Amino acid sequence: MELLNKWPIYYKKDVISHYCPGCGHGIVHRIVAELLEEMDLGKQAYLVCPAGCAVLAYNYFDFDVIESAHGRGTAIATGAKRANPKLFVISYQGDGDLSAIGTAETIHSANRGENICVVFINNAVYGMTGGQMAPTSLIGQSTMTSPAGRSPDVDGYPLHITDIVATFPGVTYAERVSVSSPAGIKKTKNAIRNAFQTQVEGLGYSIVEVLSPCPTNWKMTPAKSCKWIDEEMVKEYKPGLLTDKREEKRKERA
Amino acid sequence: MSKKDKIFTVKVRRDFCKGCGLCIAFCKKEVLGVSAKLNRMGYHPAEPVKPEACIGCLMCTQVCPDLAIEVYSE
Repeated sequence: MELLNKWPIYYKKDVISHYCPGCGHGIVHRIVAELLEEMDLGKQAYLVCPAGCAVLAYNYFDFDVIESAHGRGTAIATGAKRANPKLFVISYQGDGDLSAIGTAETIHSANRGENICVVFINNAVYGMTGGQMAPTSLIGQSTMTSPAGRSPDVDGYPLHITDIVATFPGVTYAERVSVSSPAGIKKTKNAIRNAFQTQVEGLGYSIVEVLSPCPTNWKMTPAKSCKWIDEEMVKEYKPGLLTDKREEKRKERA
Repeated sequence: MSKKDKIFTVKVRRDFCKGCGLCIAFCKKEVLGVSAKLNRMGYHPAEPVKPEACIGCLMCTQVCPDLAIEVYSE
């Protein structure tokens, strides 16, 4: 008997995660751990955890992880990468962390073109605190603080932070993917692999936005929340490549 | 030996499964179903109900957020 899906060596075995049933974090954690193993980066990997549901990610990964203040993930990642350029620095952030309180850090680290990777989990609500409206919530989406649905008159429009940073010259690679289906998960893995490769080659800032289900706060079953991503969320946040300046930058460096 | 001749065995690590049902929703061959018994965490975990139908596509292992599914080939 041969086991076909080998356990990633950088993911702790026999630890039950605290995530709700059907949460996308578990899938993205597995992808990050698998890629670090495949690309042989685990020894120098340095993950910056956010405030949010992934705050306890250090319990699940078997490499160096640091905890950051709310929204300051890319600031800490910048410091780590500049102090020790040999580190492979990943900032793992949620939408409340990256696009609400951490807007300044996100925008400026992207504008400086820091050589770091950002994995941005977008689930359109504040998950950890109980499903309040986030800047990324959709128009008409019912949340804890917008029970009648998000209204553009009062709450404004969904914030497309990945599209904003993709326009910066310092941002080498930006892609939006979703983990709502096996095909989407494969694309997510490829996108994160490209982002990691960007940092390995020293080409600059890379960001991957992952549309991820939050069944508990969306008040849906996990299967239905995957369907909701495919039907509703992708209308606002269209998956696809937003920018890829790797070839240009390779030529510049050569 | 081609893939068709292989026998695949699905195993669910009962106490790690949170019963989200994503594997059940994405399994095209309907190999997995919900267990009637509760596990240690108080969820109804997934369990193979038609194990002989498994074709080893590993979709269930891709979508499982808790890495609770193991697929073996012989």
